[in-house]
Formats: sequence, structure tokens, C-alpha cells
Amino acid sequence: MSQIDEKDVKRENPVTERLINGIVKENPTFVLMLGMCPTLAVTTSAINGLGMGLTTMVVLALSNVFISLLRNIIPDKVRIPAFIVIIASFVTMVELLLQGFIPFLYDALGIYIPLIVVNCIILGRAEAYAYKNPVIPSLFDGIGMGLGFSVALTCIGAVRELLGAGEIFGIHVMPESFVPVSIFIMAPGAFFVLALLTAIQNKVKIAGERKGKDMSKIQSGCGNDCMNCADTGCAKRLIDETKGEGDKKND
Amino acid sequence: MSDLMKVSSNPHVRSKSTTASIMLTVVIALLPAAGFGIYNFGPKALLLILVTVASTVATEFAFEKICKKKITIGDYSAVVTGLLLALNLPVSAPWWIGVVGGVFAILVVKMLFGGIGQNFMNPALGARCFLLISFTSIMTNFDCDAYTGATPLAALKSGESVNILNMVIGRTAGTIGETSMIAIVIGACILILFGIIDLRIPGTYIVTLAVFVTLFGGRGFNWPYISAHLSGGGLMLGAFFMATDYVTRPITKRGQYVFGFLLGVLTGIFRIFGPSAEGVSYAIIIGNLLVPLIEKVTLPKAFGKGGEKA
Repeated sequence: MSQIDEKDVKRENPVTERLINGIVKENPTFVLMLGMCPTLAVTTSAINGLGMGLTTMVVLALSNVFISLLRNIIPDKVRIPAFIVIIASFVTMVELLLQGFIPFLYDALGIYIPLIVVNCIILGRAEAYAYKNPVIPSLFDGIGMGLGFSVALTCIGAVRELLGAGEIFGIHVMPESFVPVSIFIMAPGAFFVLALLTAIQNKVKIAGERKGKDMSKIQSGCGNDCMNCADTGCAKRLIDETKGEGDKKND
Repeated sequence: MSDLMKVSSNPHVRSKSTTASIMLTVVIALLPAAGFGIYNFGPKALLLILVTVASTVATEFAFEKICKKKITIGDYSAVVTGLLLALNLPVSAPWWIGVVGGVFAILVVKMLFGGIGQNFMNPALGARCFLLISFTSIMTNFDCDAYTGATPLAALKSGESVNILNMVIGRTAGTIGETSMIAIVIGACILILFGIIDLRIPGTYIVTLAVFVTLFGGRGFNWPYISAHLSGGGLMLGAFFMATDYVTRPITKRGQYVFGFLLGVLTGIFRIFGPSAEGVSYAIIIGNLLVPLIEKVTLPKAFGKGGEKA
């Protein structure tokens, strides 16, 4: 199984393909709509969004690498608990490092750092990608997804901070007469900004599709739409219906 | 009547009245309250009303123009939204509050959900709550040339006595259109006489609140206290003009009683147990959110069904 994967992936240059996939085509926040809890909760300012995104990226990349390394050892039936153990270990390490070296971010993110364990982006990439693919593409899948998450969170945080406090990254940019619309740094503002940015993103994507590019087909990486693809044995298949068969082969 | 088969927003009963004629009646019915507000608070109130109405109408026009949809500003619904929103603003608010509120009401609450008939929440109240959360100090500053100090309900909450006669006439601090009970009731009578609204929702709402205040207000059956609660704040404006909004109220008759009861209880809870003195706008938008549920529960049985449990 892994040999076929490596041949396939090499042909497409896995590194850039995975990075672009994570940041643009399959952006976890604006396209996949995953990880909404940290997205809505911590993006009260651009720096919080960036910090959360990068923290998640580190955990995502490391856990993808480890799960990919262990993918032939982990029994299929207990894979989810195994993923959780790996992810939780990295989250604990990152949490302690943050507490030690970047205390202001640790204080700002609070409970949402340990909650990275249950972030569905991380578990989702483990299940959908790292568990079926070799180490290097998995690493870059993690970095790409993490960067996509960081970009999204930073954008949401910047817009909310700009409207809700008149600042970006703590620097005052709005004119003196601007009265901050404080609803934007409260919970409802997170929904407004997320919906607005997703709408803009969709608008751009639809414009791209009109030019002849079908974005939904690009996300599998091979140009085929996974939902309608007949090749159920495809290693990069996003729908996980053949998982059982694949593992019988491995056994 | 060539477009009888056209699927449009409720009500579906055929009659000569159109959306435009109904909305125009509502505008006329709001004029006494608006007029008293201008008389009470001075020309600045008129300016705020004009700016708010202009911004709602302009937003609706601009959105429909940009999205190449049918222009619907001719049905006066944007005017009603703007007028209601303006009547819910304190006179001390700067002009841009009206613009921000008007744009939010039409763009976010109404147009993004599909325009007239599709919004799940009263646009004017949605915008008022948006402004109240965003600019709390501006929206609760009722000081103006004519009156200073607390609104009657705030005074009531802190245990002071209030002058009921002034509250009924409207010579108190408050938002532009909510102070005068008489002016609002005149408008409500116009709506009822023209058959635009009926008393199911406002009646249930007001009676429920009166009972709630009697039971939980801590002063027993104290007539001045109860009447102060009924004539103070936005209750009359909310009960007659906002809770009865065709789009965001239940269609079923039983549902309307449930809706009115719910609003009364929520308003009572917010006024008596909540930290702020007023809760009509929050009560109505929470009620708006529950409308689909209320309609589902109170759906009448179809003809021929029932009797036995199917």
C-alpha cells in the first residue's frame, strides 16, 4: 500500500500540492468548516488568532508524522483512541512550552489550548490522510492545513479587532472619531465575520468555477471528484468506505 | 390578478389589500408616536427619524440593485423598519447610529435572509439589539434638553416613585417613540380599525405581563406599579407594532396566544429579575426565534383528520 502511495504522490510533487491544498482548496475553516470552536472563541484579536493557528499547526504536523509512522502498527479497531493518545501527548507538550516561553499567549488562549486535542481538524487529518499516507506528505499535509487554519483565524481575528477595537495586532489604525463596534469582539461578531469571509471566499471560488475550473474536483489532488469517483481503492480517497478492505490486505 | 399562481409571502387570503397598502397604514399609524416624539424631544428627533428611514430605504435599494433583484422599496416595508428603528433610538444618539442600525436591519437581518417575508427576526428589533450591544453607553443615554435622569422603568427598578400621568401622556425620558402611551394607542386603534392587526398577540402579551408583574413584582396588586409597568418602556410600541409583524409572528391563532404569553413572561423576567430595566426588544426577538416551533406545535388539524389518534 505504501509503495503505491509514494509513487502516486511523487508524480504530483506532494509538498507544494499538500500546502496549497491545505491553505486554499481545502481550507479547514472556510471550505471544510472544521474546528469551529476555536475559530469562533479565540479570534477576538489578530494575535490570538495567529497564535491559536500556529499552535494547532505544530500539533497537527507532529501528530500527522507520528500517526503516519505508526499507521501499519496501529490496529484498525482502536485507531481513534490511538490517535487521541498521540494528539493529546503533543498538545500537552505544546501547552507546557507555551506556558514556559510565551505566557501572554498562554493566558489569552486559556482553556482552548488543551481543547486542541478534540479539534476535529487534527483528528480529521489523522483519519483521512496521515493514516493512509507516507510520512513526508503527511507532514506537509499537517503544515498546509495548519497554515490554512492560521490564515483563516488571523483574517477573522484581524477583521474583528479592526471593527471591535479599531486596532490590528494591537496597533491603532482607525481614526480617532471611530467608535468601536464592540459586538464584533463578542460572540455574535465571530459569527458575522466568519459568515462574511466565507461568503467572500465562496464568491471567489464560484468565479473560479465559471472560468472552467471545478474546485470540488481539485480537492482530491488527482482532478477527480471523490464523491463520484469509481476508484474505491484510491489511496487519497476522502470518503472512508473501503477502509476495512484496505486493512485486511495489510494484515 | 394574472399572477394568482405566484408563490409569495403570507398572508395568502385574497383581498384588495397589498403589501404596500398595509405597510402604508402602519406608517400612518406610527405617525402619532413619531409626531409626539418630535414635539417632545425637538427637531433633533425629526432629523434622526429621517436619517434612519433614508438609510433603510437606500440600503434596500442598493442591495437589490447590486444583486440585480426586483426593487421592492415601493412596498414601504423598509420605511416601516426605518421608522420603528428610529422610534427605538434615544434622541441623544448621533446620526450615524441611525445609519449603522438601518444598514444592519435591512442588509443583515432582512436581505441576507431573502428579503421581505423571509426574515426570521424583526429587522428593526434585530438592529436595535445590535446597537444596544455594540454601543451600550450611547443607546442607554436618555439625557436630552427636555429631560435628564433615569427612564421611568429604571426609576421604578431602583425603588423611586413615578408619575403615571406623565408616563401615559409621554412626558418622560426614553427613546423617541416609546414614551407616549396615548400616541401609540391611537396608532394601534388605526391598525385595529383597518384590520391590519388584531388583539390576540398584544392583548395576551399585555395581560400576561400585568399578571406576571402582580405575581413576581414584589408589590402585590399595586395598581400604580402595574400601570407604570404597562405604560413604561417599549411595551406598547413592541406589543402593537413589533410583536404583530406579519413575517415574524406565528400564523396559527393558537400559536399567536402562545406567542403573546411567551413575550409577556420573557419581558416580565427581564424587567424584574434581569439587570436592566427594560426587556421588550430582547423578549420579542427571542420570541421570533421560537415562532417556527410554536407554529409546528399549534398547527391545526387538516379537515377530515383527527377524532382517533392516527
